[in-house]
Amino acid sequence: MTIAEGDLAVSEIRFVRGATIAARPPPAAMTGALGWLRANLLSSPFNIALTILIALLLAWLIPELVKFLLINAVWTGSDRDACREVVQHREIGACWPFVWERWSYFVYGSYPIPQRWRVYVFFAMLAIGVVWLLWLLWLEAPRRDLGSVYFFVVLPITSFILLTGWSAIGLLPVDTALWGGILVTIVVASVGIVCSLPLGILLALGRRSRMPAVRLFSVIFIEFVRGVPLVTVLFMASVMLPLFVPEEYSPDKLVRALVGIALFASAYMAEVVRAGLQAIPKGQFEGAMALGLGYWQMMRLIILPQALKITIPNIVNTYIGLFKDTTLVFIVGIFDFLRTVEVARIDPKWAAPVTSTTGYAVAAIFYLIFCYAMARYARVMEARLAQGDKR
Amino acid sequence: MSIDLPAGSPPARVAFYNDPKVRSIAYQVALCAVIGFFVYTAARNAIANLERAHIASGFGFWNTTAGFDISQALIQFDSQTSSYGRAFWVGLLNTLLVAGIGIVIATILGFIIGIARLSKNWLMAKVAAGYVETIRNIPLLLQLLFWYNAVLKALPEFRESFVVLGGVFLNNRGLFIPQPIFKSGYGWVLIALAAGVIGAIAFYVWARKRQERTGQQAPVFSMGLALVFGLPLAVLALAGFPLGFVFPAAGRFNINGGIEILPEFAALLFGLSIYTAAFIAEVVRAGILAVSRGQTEAAYSLGLTSGPTLRLIVVPQAMRVIIPPLTSQYLNLTKNSTLAVAIGYPDLVQVFTGTVLNQTGQAVEVVAITMVVYLTISLATSLLMNIYNSRIALVER
Repeated sequence: MTIAEGDLAVSEIRFVRGATIAARPPPAAMTGALGWLRANLLSSPFNIALTILIALLLAWLIPELVKFLLINAVWTGSDRDACREVVQHREIGACWPFVWERWSYFVYGSYPIPQRWRVYVFFAMLAIGVVWLLWLLWLEAPRRDLGSVYFFVVLPITSFILLTGWSAIGLLPVDTALWGGILVTIVVASVGIVCSLPLGILLALGRRSRMPAVRLFSVIFIEFVRGVPLVTVLFMASVMLPLFVPEEYSPDKLVRALVGIALFASAYMAEVVRAGLQAIPKGQFEGAMALGLGYWQMMRLIILPQALKITIPNIVNTYIGLFKDTTLVFIVGIFDFLRTVEVARIDPKWAAPVTSTTGYAVAAIFYLIFCYAMARYARVMEARLAQGDKR
Repeated sequence: MSIDLPAGSPPARVAFYNDPKVRSIAYQVALCAVIGFFVYTAARNAIANLERAHIASGFGFWNTTAGFDISQALIQFDSQTSSYGRAFWVGLLNTLLVAGIGIVIATILGFIIGIARLSKNWLMAKVAAGYVETIRNIPLLLQLLFWYNAVLKALPEFRESFVVLGGVFLNNRGLFIPQPIFKSGYGWVLIALAAGVIGAIAFYVWARKRQERTGQQAPVFSMGLALVFGLPLAVLALAGFPLGFVFPAAGRFNINGGIEILPEFAALLFGLSIYTAAFIAEVVRAGILAVSRGQTEAAYSLGLTSGPTLRLIVVPQAMRVIIPPLTSQYLNLTKNSTLAVAIGYPDLVQVFTGTVLNQTGQAVEVVAITMVVYLTISLATSLLMNIYNSRIALVER
């Protein structure tokens, strides 16, 4: 009997698996915590060395920070002796009683104590405004018009009356020289924020205008302000502004600095808005014109809503820069938060080696929290706006 | 398709005040009038105010004797004989000095941190991210004050200076380091340095031409290093090291001799470099991320190894994205150096817009000169940037 080739092949096969084998688990060293460590920290000799080096650095830095801020810190006391190593005979960290005692100075400066409720009301109104504004920028919020009217019209006017005072309605006038601390920082930042957006939009539109005179003026203004440091703008505002107005209308120190900050911020804002305007396709302009809309109608209803929407993250980033820049009013002699810390730290009552560092630590934490919150908001907003573009 | 107008109807007309051309001219004239009015009023008020304060306007003060001292002067400055004009140059040079050194340090630190943020090492990436987020969100002025008042001014006093090797002193008045003295024969070393730089450039040009012609690469980097550093060192050795040092020596009340690095300078340099490095790190990170992964993969598939891939493919493309924002960070650093006024480093603003302005009262002139200086630096940089950008821009279609 001859055997065909096919028959032989079949007869040789002893076993055919009918079902798929379940996948075997990966080696223990590749998964879980161990695998993660190997992949992310110990992947090569260089990486191992790097990891050890950084771990050593952190092992030195973090305990030092915790020791300074918490473990060795002084929590109670009434004057400098509580925070001096030579008196206490132990290692001394941060001097918190100094901060407790000076806290009201850090917040209000020299604002008269009986009038401080006005600052509270201002902070509360501003908080409402900020929450409303955030909601406003959160795209599908209802009554956006009311929100913007509140933030850009109602809030500035009422705050101005509230803080400077108006004898006619029984609010004692308070000289701006008495303002200080966080109050001034917030006032400077809010004036910058409130003024820079509308002015920046106007300048950006001017820069893209077809009228040569308007364009020239906008370009000169924007490039000039962006080309010089804020310190010189503030110097200009504080020494030259009084020269340019009649003597009897000479603005007070704070107003001069506010003018400087507002102009400076609006030039930067103009460039941010211009970037947004440039991103709008030409068809949107043509479409609006074809519908018979005039220039302002086109801008208000078609172009700006789209352009501002995509620039929100950059606008917030500009605001972060502005918030940090408010510290520069320090240089023209205004008692902002940083300046009050600086004044308090050299007060002989609290003169101790750790006082400066404590004061700066408080200021750093304050700015860090505010700026970081804004940065997070910008990032979340960016992610939200990018959702529509995802494919 | 056409629209049939009834025959004989007049052509559509708009009132002249609705004509876009007329309107545009009217708006521009109105704008010019408003600006002109403001300028005129401001000028008239300024003249009136200056007259009342008995301040003569003009630049006559430029050659007047200054009569104040400057703690750090790169050119000879003497309070008895030097003029306000010379004080201006001293301040400007100090600004350029701190900005120049700051830019170098910030670039190196920024590139390291930017690359570290992209590291595969988790700890490294997180630490770099922590650095950037912390430093970026704390105002520069606060950081400067911290470095100056809480770190450098808290160093031991003169009597308890840290002394390193008997030649370097560190105390709260500054850092004192030995000053090199150039003896005769040093000119040859300088000539060798110049020859080395010229030789390195010539070698680079030659190597490039040869590579374009034949495809062969030459060791440009090591050759350049040898020419620029090796040649002067060799000449230095041949000339028998014509180099001496003046060591700072502690006197009773002061330290004499050597180079003195002021704590103000050091604080400003630390603050500016550390702050700007955080921004440069972000620029670098964005630039590297902007080069698509396909470029690296394509390079590997052409047979390039990881070193040349980075050097020839990724970095040149990343630089195209990095350079423009990097330049604006350099400008920011230069502009931020004006914060020197807060810690008393004698830069342009502190010396000129501060002291000279206070002494002379010439607010308009002094502020105008300061602004012109910074504007010139900014505009010159952006001009160079535009030229560079147009040279490296992608040529499409």
